[in-house]
Amino acid sequence: MNMNPFTPRGWRMHPLLRSVLAAGTVLACVAGLAAAPPQVTIAITGAKKLRLAQPVFRLLSPPTSSHQALQTTFDSVLWNDLYQSGLVIMVSRSFYPQQQPSTPQDLPAAQLTVWSQQPTTAQRLVFGNIQVANHLLRIEGYLYNITDPQQPFMIGKRYTDQATPAAAREIAHEFADAIIQALGGGPGIAQSKIAFISNRSGHKEIWLMDYDGHGQHQITRLQSISYSPRLSPDGSKIAFMSFASGRPEIRIYSLLTHRYLYFPHFGGTNATPAWSPDGSHLAFSSSMHGGYMEIYTIRANGTHLRQLTFSHSVNMAPVWNPKTGAQLAFESDRTGLPQIYTMDSDGTNQRDITPTGYAVSPSWSPNGQALAFSWRRNGQGEENAGGYDIYIFNLADGSYTQLTHNGLRNDFPSWAPDGRHLVFASGSGRHWQLFTVLADGSDPTQLTFAGSNTMPNWSWH
Amino acid sequence: MSHARSRYLLTLVGALAMMMVLAGCKHKPAPAPPAPPPPPAPAPTVTLNANPDTIQAGQSATLTWTSSNAQQVQLNGSTVDNNGSETVSPAQTTTYEIVATGSNNQTANASATVTVTPAPAPPAPTPQPTVESLADRFKQNVGDIYFAFNKSNISPTAQETLQQDATWLNAHPSVNILIAGHCDDRGSAEYNMGLGDRRANSARSYLIQLGVAANRIQTISYGKERPFCTENTESCWQSNRRDHITMAGNGNQ
Repeated sequence: MNMNPFTPRGWRMHPLLRSVLAAGTVLACVAGLAAAPPQVTIAITGAKKLRLAQPVFRLLSPPTSSHQALQTTFDSVLWNDLYQSGLVIMVSRSFYPQQQPSTPQDLPAAQLTVWSQQPTTAQRLVFGNIQVANHLLRIEGYLYNITDPQQPFMIGKRYTDQATPAAAREIAHEFADAIIQALGGGPGIAQSKIAFISNRSGHKEIWLMDYDGHGQHQITRLQSISYSPRLSPDGSKIAFMSFASGRPEIRIYSLLTHRYLYFPHFGGTNATPAWSPDGSHLAFSSSMHGGYMEIYTIRANGTHLRQLTFSHSVNMAPVWNPKTGAQLAFESDRTGLPQIYTMDSDGTNQRDITPTGYAVSPSWSPNGQALAFSWRRNGQGEENAGGYDIYIFNLADGSYTQLTHNGLRNDFPSWAPDGRHLVFASGSGRHWQLFTVLADGSDPTQLTFAGSNTMPNWSWH
Repeated sequence: MSHARSRYLLTLVGALAMMMVLAGCKHKPAPAPPAPPPPPAPAPTVTLNANPDTIQAGQSATLTWTSSNAQQVQLNGSTVDNNGSETVSPAQTTTYEIVATGSNNQTANASATVTVTPAPAPPAPTPQPTVESLADRFKQNVGDIYFAFNKSNISPTAQETLQQDATWLNAHPSVNILIAGHCDDRGSAEYNMGLGDRRANSARSYLIQLGVAANRIQTISYGKERPFCTENTESCWQSNRRDHITMAGNGNQ
């Protein structure tokens, strides 16, 4: 995955970078978007999942092996994106009618009912076609609501890019996100990224990958120890902790220029940075004053340092409420074992929300309503009492949901931008791997297999 | 005269001799039985001992052997006395074989093994009375301290260690130190960076109270990143929950 925005593929670039560069994207919609519902709260329950059919997009160009490879890549990536969304049930192709559409002309009203009846009993239909000519890949895709024969059309899109597998993959991700948006699932995650720490080069470096585990590649080459990568809201920077100078310091790496940006060198231990939702500030933990790890905020340009906690204990892993930017969650051991606290962004109203056990690594949900963290609930006073599991804590009513039950150590949850998924690290000792999971604990998917991988951070978009 | 008397005397002597012979054969002997087969020759026996049976390379051990009913005794193929001892100095572990051969070529054997352990490393060269000797004295006098799980407070045992550390440091005011805080493998890796920092700063504060100048004491946290051992045992975890204190900066004096 090439994050360089100055790629020759200029007219399509990663959405994380679009807001940075304000570059125009050429996405020609062959027809207008259906009015998407403004804000839908998604309940992840099997009963409410839509049944969606996705016949293979028809290849309109000669069926050469390279053309078929593009068709296969697009088809499998789109299918997996829709399946992974947690919103739909993908109807098995063995139940599809023989006649399968590739354009709206193939789908008169009479034909729609064939898809909505048994055995297919689909509610939504995704179809389209693929052409390759002059080294360009052109894909048309449609989403139809086949339970509404009068007005089945939901979206139709046409994408053009270079005829490469990477482009076919990105088009599939982009179309998948458009479908999820049209289905009321809010912004999709098919184009999102996950930063993480991997030791597979021999050192703990920052790596980046697609949300589905594809395209894992090394970002930093500091040959030291790196921790806690945090992608900036616009996706252009990664803040993290590094021992590269010999001391634990905060560093900021630009994914645009592939250089390190200025950040002040403080004394003491400096760790666990976090971006404010507008990208203007960082919160982090430092023992620069007085030998206690306290939470500080600072402007991203390194000015306006401000100390928020004065608890004479370890206060770390701050994370902003991404919805409001007005609150922070963090971990503190001021009463003994580390607990999860919240406070206002000026340091007032500090409140312990996990009064027992050993709770660390908070991540605030995109809608601001929940915190995920790693919790050893029965660990109070015991050195080895039970596993560390991922929990989701509902801030409104104090209820919580346990996501993992595998007896391993599960840590570093990070919410996906859709608020329906999380990524976390699971393992024991020095061997960890990354998994995504739906916020109800279903559909765990392992993303990494090589080396030991930990501290994942899901991009904001 | 002489002939006659001589004859008489001879006769008398002969008669006496005959009487004596007859008196000696008072019982008439029984007829001789057939000769029995010769009894089997006794089997040979042999023992062999090594003392000591474990030596360091370059040292020697004594082999001692005894045998009985042996016509020949061979130690590792060389004929030796039937009973004896010999000093050996094998370079590596060696098993000695002894074979005693009796009549009729009957044999007995025994063995003894001298285990050779590597010689100890040659003694370090006499330390030069410069920086090295100061480093050695630092190591002898300034000890690490250990912590309970998830704790950063200085235990009574650690207080004693730090008091000794401070005594030496106060006597060597040009020595600066680095206190590195470490954690065991069980806690969360990010949080352990903070816990290690607290541990290092706890010791720093304590040494300052004991009169060590603050500007002589640097701290760093390695969290769980530089363990002293990696086993999942309490002894290993305990070993990793520590402040490791080393000389830092200019240690010359």
